[in-house]
Amino acid sequence: MKEVAASDISARVAELCMRACTVLPPDVVAAIEAARDREESPIGREVLSRLLENAALAAEQGIPMCQDTGLAVVFVELGEDVELTSGYLEAAIAEGVREGYEKGYLRKSVVYSPFDRRNTGDNTPPVIHTQVIPGASLEITVAAKGAGSENMSALRMMAPADGIDAVKRFVVETVENAGASACPPVVVGLGLGGSFEQCALIAKRALLRPLDDRNPDPAAADLEDELLALINATGIGPMAVGGRTTALAVKVETAPCHIASLPVAVNLQCHAARHASYRWK
Amino acid sequence: MFDRPSSESLIHLTTPLQEEDVLRLRAGQWVVISGTLYTARDAAHKRMAEALARGEDLPFDVKGQIIYYVGPTPPPPGRVIGAAGPTTAGRMDSYTPALLALGLKGAIGKGPRSAEVRDALKQHKAVYFGALGGAGALLSQRIRAVEPIAYEDLGPEAIRGLTVEDFPAIVVNDCQGGDAYEDARRRWRKA
Repeated sequence: MKEVAASDISARVAELCMRACTVLPPDVVAAIEAARDREESPIGREVLSRLLENAALAAEQGIPMCQDTGLAVVFVELGEDVELTSGYLEAAIAEGVREGYEKGYLRKSVVYSPFDRRNTGDNTPPVIHTQVIPGASLEITVAAKGAGSENMSALRMMAPADGIDAVKRFVVETVENAGASACPPVVVGLGLGGSFEQCALIAKRALLRPLDDRNPDPAAADLEDELLALINATGIGPMAVGGRTTALAVKVETAPCHIASLPVAVNLQCHAARHASYRWK
Repeated sequence: MFDRPSSESLIHLTTPLQEEDVLRLRAGQWVVISGTLYTARDAAHKRMAEALARGEDLPFDVKGQIIYYVGPTPPPPGRVIGAAGPTTAGRMDSYTPALLALGLKGAIGKGPRSAEVRDALKQHKAVYFGALGGAGALLSQRIRAVEPIAYEDLGPEAIRGLTVEDFPAIVVNDCQGGDAYEDARRRWRKA
């Protein structure tokens, strides 16, 4: 049994919120740099350079790279042999979000409900997804998910007969429809299979993968390559000003599904692909 | 088509905008704006629409002014504002034509506008600018002062007057029906 104090979880989560919003992960910076070097459109290159400048400024001065510091979406991998002392997991995470958004001067962007749209004032509650795994490890990832790209995401329950070509059309259509609103170049998280809700969740998890990794499933890896080429042929370009860089990466996650189903979820992520993780040793 | 933002092609604008300022702007041009921008997004627009429906005045005179769709992060000590990049303009589409009819001359956001808004821009001689989405840290450096105007209880959604110096933007929709996003896609799409 490994003991973790709830207060320690809160402190780490607060730090993750602040780090995610101010420091763009190195793989994302590298992907934007590579895109800038490849971009054929002069204005597209210009925009990518400004985005890199923005990221550097944010990291250096400790200010958020984007004013939409998002809804805190928190992924927890909790080992069965971890015991939480003096507190509860979800309350500890919420406390961390409250602290992080206050101390980091991050924007509070959560309202009580779709009916009562008053701001909760502290960016809680977070959205928490917990996976219980064997062992004594604990890992928490905070993704600060802005609404610009989230609002342009889409889910469709397709029929198996529609096939992968229909999936490709739906993905490209979703990115085209999003245009500048999703703040391209985007990262596309594609969930294929599972149930209605699982499909959306794996699409979001796909966004946490390093942009330069290779999907171990060859069929999924091929689909990622093909979709990236199709999306970058749309001409939308960085911030939709025209160019070859509409997406930095496409990440596909799959799950077994019902014989009658082909759920497809496209979760868009803006170029400020903000997430940070901490693993308790 | 988007021009390269060289110093020769940059157009300097000062608020309040005059009709002749708007008439010469074309989709795809880069501008830098100095003067005052009024912040307003979803909740502030809803309140302004409710005020108009009750026959009340708006909290500021929109004539010749530019609204910036932004909900900044709180200012850390020593700064006037936190990150302050544009939010998606389309969410304000249903409110915009009424403000243009009252003399609003410009709006800054990101993303496309509805056909109704583009028509109203033509009819009332106004322009929609796009600012660099997701570059909130960089854009905040062009904001010199922040003054509360109305709806402070809305927090990040309150209306504030931002004093800006050379705030960069692109003309997305001009008053002739030009659309820079459509032009860009036509030019760069691979067959």
